Amino acid sequence: MSLLAELSYWQQTSIRVGAGLVAVILVAGTLVMVHLFKLVSFMQSRLGPMEAGPFGSLQLLAEVGKHLQKEDIVPRKADKFVFAAAPFVVLASTFLLVVVLPGGPDAWFIQNDLGIYLAMAVSSVSVIGILMAGWGSANKYSLLGGLRATGQLIAYELPLILAVVGVVIQAGSMNLQTIVYAQANGEIFGWGGIGNPYVLTQGIAFFLFLTAMQAELTQTPFDMPIAESELVSGYMTEYSGMRFLLFFIAEFATAGVFSAIAAVLFLGGWYIPGIDPDDNIMNVLGPLVMFVKVVGLTFIVFWVRFSFPRFREDQLQRLAWKFLIPLALLNIVVTAIFKVWI
Amino acid sequence: MSDFLRSYLTVGIFGLVAVVLVGVLLGLGRILRPSNPTVQKLETYESGVDPTGDMWSQANIRYYIFALLFVMFDVEAVFIFPWAMRLEAYALFGLIEMAIFIYILLLGLIYAWRKGMLRWV
Repeated sequence: MSLLAELSYWQQTSIRVGAGLVAVILVAGTLVMVHLFKLVSFMQSRLGPMEAGPFGSLQLLAEVGKHLQKEDIVPRKADKFVFAAAPFVVLASTFLLVVVLPGGPDAWFIQNDLGIYLAMAVSSVSVIGILMAGWGSANKYSLLGGLRATGQLIAYELPLILAVVGVVIQAGSMNLQTIVYAQANGEIFGWGGIGNPYVLTQGIAFFLFLTAMQAELTQTPFDMPIAESELVSGYMTEYSGMRFLLFFIAEFATAGVFSAIAAVLFLGGWYIPGIDPDDNIMNVLGPLVMFVKVVGLTFIVFWVRFSFPRFREDQLQRLAWKFLIPLALLNIVVTAIFKVWI
Repeated sequence: MSDFLRSYLTVGIFGLVAVVLVGVLLGLGRILRPSNPTVQKLETYESGVDPTGDMWSQANIRYYIFALLFVMFDVEAVFIFPWAMRLEAYALFGLIEMAIFIYILLLGLIYAWRKGMLRWV
């Protein structure tokens, strides 16, 4: 926005922080409402929340109100500082992820050539938060859940990172904005009608990314860390009231942000075919396009979540190390050969 | 301040906002919620029975081995990124260099595989 460029850094940053807050809360709220409350209910032949507001649309506000009034219980034996600090670390990790996302030619939070690299780096911070929660609770279930979560998140971070490398090779940049432009200006066999969304050329990477994303978000079939039937919600066992809700918000906000990253890397980001990507109107339409793509991708996440049973711990590690990582390495090699020769 | 450093300042501000947001939400709850701790309530949860033994119990050594493997592969993934960005400029030279690098990476994985480190028993 030319308007934005005239403002000083602090004014611009205030606007960006506001937009970031809206992006995180709006997306997380939509996901909980549309996917967790309604989609799942319909899949299981029930109506879901219907009481608060028309068709239960105000259920979310009711939930927040409920959790605000709940007593905050910190177990006597818990490591109190680590226990209290864990939600801060987990939510901060989500917020740091959001900064790399572009929403239009001028609607970005930061312009940094290390974009996707930064995102991959800060996404690992949540592992520390989860381990802190598991350890600080001083509960056998929590410790086991925290360890399982750590083992799972680090194992699936490798396919996630290696899948991104394929896109970075093709776009020749780690800046997410540049990756969007590379897709918008791309051509499919000389035809540039819809650009070149990398899902077409990096289909394997897209599959790897979605699978690893499912595991990173600890959604079923990768939900051993929070397995409620064996570990009683794992690292969240001892958390109650508002602290529990914070973990919950972080879970859904992270689902939204990861889907947004996948949308930028593979589905062309905020670009609409037919409209010049530098047109000023894209600053308004771009975020909407991103929102639609995020809701679409998270639909897949939740569809899978409520369709498949849970893996065993050994099956989980086997899938990551013996299938996804070799496949990701193969994808890098093939992409590199195509890049150099064609 | 250069644009590059400024973008990291923005990242820092976002982190700070997250911490403040969590603080505000927890502070808001403190005003609204009751506080009535009892001895039984503050007990560690263990399926409704009195907890036994040490809470920080021993865990499977496999977690540690997988963490070690991860560190090795993650550090190597860091080296792949700069190459991936500049591949067009390096062309065939870069391709062969990286093929050797990924081959060595793969050897490490195969070694761990053969040693049975990827098995969860």
